[in-house]
Amino acid sequence: MGLSAYLLLSAGLFALGVYGLVTRKNAVGVLASVELMANAVNLNLIAFSRFLGGHVGQVFALFAIAITVAEVVVGLALVIILFRARGDVRLELMSELKG
Amino acid sequence: MLGQIGFGVVAVMLLFTAFRVVTARNLVHTVLWLGLALAVTAVVYVMLGAHFLAAIQIILYTGGVLTLMLFGVMLTHRDEGFVAVQNPSGRYVAGGLLAVSVFAMLAAAIVRTPSLPATPAPPVSTEALGAAFLTEQVLAFEVLSLLLLVAAVGAIVMARRRDAGEEGESQGAVLPERKVLPLRQPQPDAESAPVAARASGGDA
Repeated sequence: MGLSAYLLLSAGLFALGVYGLVTRKNAVGVLASVELMANAVNLNLIAFSRFLGGHVGQVFALFAIAITVAEVVVGLALVIILFRARGDVRLELMSELKG
Repeated sequence: MLGQIGFGVVAVMLLFTAFRVVTARNLVHTVLWLGLALAVTAVVYVMLGAHFLAAIQIILYTGGVLTLMLFGVMLTHRDEGFVAVQNPSGRYVAGGLLAVSVFAMLAAAIVRTPSLPATPAPPVSTEALGAAFLTEQVLAFEVLSLLLLVAAVGAIVMARRRDAGEEGESQGAVLPERKVLPLRQPQPDAESAPVAARASGGDA
């Protein structure tokens, strides 16, 4: 399979993540959608690294994976704080700053 | 030929699991589908010759992130979280349109790019990756380790429950929580219904 097949697969994954990001109401569901999108980006990096040669793409993907894990840790801590303060993690209820 | 069939099967599995991640009603199911999607992505990494990254993906994502997210779901779980929340259908339409247009844009860009390589370059060995980490990328590597440390400490500090035994800010921290508690139990929907209605009106 050529590079474009992998890129199309990654684009589909990213689009599904966008859909989840818009439609999900629960904060954890939104985090899961963000994970899908980050995963699509990593797939892109590795596919380019494979077809264009060189190891930089894989190194970058490793950095991206580690940063995503840190992001999930902080995001879940925020979700837990939100739950403790409000008793609910549905994001459409967090509308105090809406004009 | 066999490679194409394998790629097709894996691609369909990946897209289906991702679709279930964004459409499953039950949040626990969402997280489990996410784990499956990330594991199938590891299979794609193997097909791309990135064996080390596939192993890292399995260990970090399905081992660490998945467990964390399950903890997150269950710690913030409430009964009505498992009932289908009434969702304004306008949000689904908007999300679908946005996703389709994003995909169309990316696909058009990919298809119209001339001369994308069709044959892979020689695979990168794990040795080369490790050497790159400790020589040319060593600054980024160290910064990353600092980032992980800060994230871990920050998450612990943020999510720590402040006990009443603590001095100082403990009174300020305990008091609002005690005030919120009685509000939480009797009627979750009475206050959420008008807010949801307002949100749907804003969407439409």
